[in-house]
Amino acid sequence: MTAALRPFLRHEAILFVLLVAALFVLAGQSDRFFTIANLLNQGRLMTEIGLVALAMTFVIVTGGIDLSVGSILGLCAILLGVFWQNLGLPLPLAMGLAVLVGGVAGLVNGLIITRFRVPPLIATLATLALYRGLAEGISQARSVRGYPDWFFVLGQGDLAGVPTQLWILGLLTLVAGVVLGMTAFGRATYAIGANETAARFSGVPVDRVKIAIYTASGLVAGLAAVIFVSRVSTTRSDMGTGVELDVITAVVLGGTSIFGGRGTIIGTAIGLVLIQALKNGLALAGVKGDGTIVVIGLVLILAILASNLFSREDG
Amino acid sequence: MSAAAAPVPARSSALRRLVSGYGQELIILAAIVALMIVVGLYNPRFMSQSNLTSIFAGNAYIAVAAIGMSMVIISGNIDVAVGSLIGVLAVLSGTLAVGGYPIWVAWAAPVVVGILVNAGVGALVAYARIPSIVVTLGMLSILKGGLISVTAGAWITGLPEGYAIAQARLFGVPAPVWFMVVLTIAAAWWMRNSGFGRTIYAIGGNPEAARASGIRIERSIVAVFAIHGFFVGIAAVLFATQLQVIQSTVPPNLELTVITASVVGGVSILGGTGTVIGSTLAAILFAAIGSSLIFLNVSAYWLRAVQGLLILATVLADMARRHRIR
Repeated sequence: MTAALRPFLRHEAILFVLLVAALFVLAGQSDRFFTIANLLNQGRLMTEIGLVALAMTFVIVTGGIDLSVGSILGLCAILLGVFWQNLGLPLPLAMGLAVLVGGVAGLVNGLIITRFRVPPLIATLATLALYRGLAEGISQARSVRGYPDWFFVLGQGDLAGVPTQLWILGLLTLVAGVVLGMTAFGRATYAIGANETAARFSGVPVDRVKIAIYTASGLVAGLAAVIFVSRVSTTRSDMGTGVELDVITAVVLGGTSIFGGRGTIIGTAIGLVLIQALKNGLALAGVKGDGTIVVIGLVLILAILASNLFSREDG
Repeated sequence: MSAAAAPVPARSSALRRLVSGYGQELIILAAIVALMIVVGLYNPRFMSQSNLTSIFAGNAYIAVAAIGMSMVIISGNIDVAVGSLIGVLAVLSGTLAVGGYPIWVAWAAPVVVGILVNAGVGALVAYARIPSIVVTLGMLSILKGGLISVTAGAWITGLPEGYAIAQARLFGVPAPVWFMVVLTIAAAWWMRNSGFGRTIYAIGGNPEAARASGIRIERSIVAVFAIHGFFVGIAAVLFATQLQVIQSTVPPNLELTVITASVVGGVSILGGTGTVIGSTLAAILFAAIGSSLIFLNVSAYWLRAVQGLLILATVLADMARRHRIR
C-alpha cells in the first residue's frame, strides 16, 4: 500500500516545493501578495475552476476526459437567466434547475460514452459544440441582468470573513478527497483507470461508476455556473469558454495521469492553488494576463517532464 | 449463425471496393451534395459562384490543417494547439511581409517554423514520454499568451502587393482550393502507398507490434508532428493572406474545428484508421452547413448547436458501423 502510494506523494512533494518557491518569489515581488484580503479574493476567483477540477480528477483517473464542462457551464448560466427572467420561476428554483440541467448534460455524456462506447475525448468534443451551441441559440446573444441582491451573497458575499463560495469549494474538496481516497467508489475509480477489463471481470460496475462520474462532472459545472453568474452579476452565453483547458491543466499539474489509474484530490488542490498563485503573483509583479498564460503552459510541461524523469529512476 | 462469420465474397466489383474502403468519405460526400441541392432549390443564390467561392476558398485552410491533424491522430496522438500555432504563424508571416522581407520569405518562414515547433512537440511526446494532449495543452497556453503579449492584439495592415496568395486564381479557381485539392490528393496517395505512410497507421494501430516489426517509433512520431507542422504552416499562410489585414488573435475554437473535421472525416481517435480525403470533405461539409443556415434564414446563433448534433450523429453512426463489422 505504501509502495503504491509513493509515486503520488513524490509528484505532490515536487509540486509542493514548487508552490512554496513560487509563493516566496511572488511575495518578494509585491507587498500586496501575502495579504489576507488578496489571498481570500484569489480563493473567490479560483472557485469555479476548482469545483470543476474536483470532478475532472475522477474523470481523468478513470482514463477519460470531459471537454464539455466549459460549455455545460455556459448552458447552465444561460438557463438560470431564462428560467428566472423569461419563465418567471422563483430564483431559488431556477438555481436548482440550472444545476440539474448540468447533471442531465453530464448524464448524456456518460450514456454516450458507456452505451455507445464512444471514446470520451470524442464524445465530449461533440457535446462541447452541442451544449455551447444550445447556449448560444437559446440566448440569441442577449444577456440577463438585474438579479436580486441576496443572490450575490453566493459569489460576492462573505461568511465568517471568508468568501461564501470558498466554503463550498472547501467542503466539496473534502468530500471528493474522502470519496476518492477512502471509499469503495474511489477504489473502483482507480481500478477502471488502471485496467478497465480487469475491473470489469472483478465485478466492478464499470459503466455505472463512469455514468455517475460524468453526471457529477455536469452537476459541479452547473453549480460553478450559478456561482459564476452570482460573482459577475450577469449571464452571457460565452461564459466558461476555455474553462476545460484550465481545469485539465490544474488536474494534470496535480499529478493525475492522463492515462488514468493515478491521481489524488490533494494533488489537484495544490495544482489549482499553484496556478492561481502564479496568475495573481505575476499580475501583481506587473506581468500582463497573457504573459501569465505563457508561464502556466511552461509550468505544465516542465512539471510533467520533471515528474517523468524522477519516476523513471524507480525503474 | 454461421452466415455472420462467412468470409467476404470473393467477387467484388470496383464499386463495392470503393464503398467498403471509403464508406465514411462517400457518406460525407453524399451529405454535401444533398445539402447543396436542397438549399440550392430553396434559395438559388446559395449556388452562386461567389457563395461557393466563399465556402470552398474561405475554409480551405481548415482542410489543409486537418490533413496534418489526421496524420497525428492516426498515429495515436492529438494536437490541441493547432489553432494557436496557425495564429502565431500567420502573424509571423504578416510581420515579415510588412517588414520589407521578400514575399517568398513571408510565405516560407511559417512553414519552416511550423515544422520546427511541431518537431519539438513531437520530441517531447516521443522521447520525454509526455502525453501529446499535455504537451499541446501547454503549447496552446504558451503560443496564445505569447502572441497576445508580443503583439498586444494590434492588427497588421499595409500588406505589400502580391503577398495575398489566397486571393490569387489559377484557371478561374481560387488558389486556396488548389492547395486544398492538391495537398489532399498528394497526402492521401502518400499515406496509402509510401512506407512511412503505412508506418503512421502501424504505430497508431498497435505500437507494440510496430516496434516488434522494427519501426523506430520515437523517430516516426517526431516526423509525423513535423509533417503536421508543414501543413499547419501552409494553412497559416492561406489564413493570413485571405483578408487585407491580419488579426493578431488566435481564431477561437479553431483547434476544435480542425480536430472535428478529422474525426468526422473518419479518422478514429483510437488511432490506426482513417484517410485525409475524409477530413477534407468534412471540413467542406461544415463550411457548407454554416453557409446554408444563413441562406435558410436560420439564426446564426444556432450554428454551433447544429454542428454539435451533426458531429454526435456522425460519431454514433461510426461506432454503430464498427460494432456491426466486429
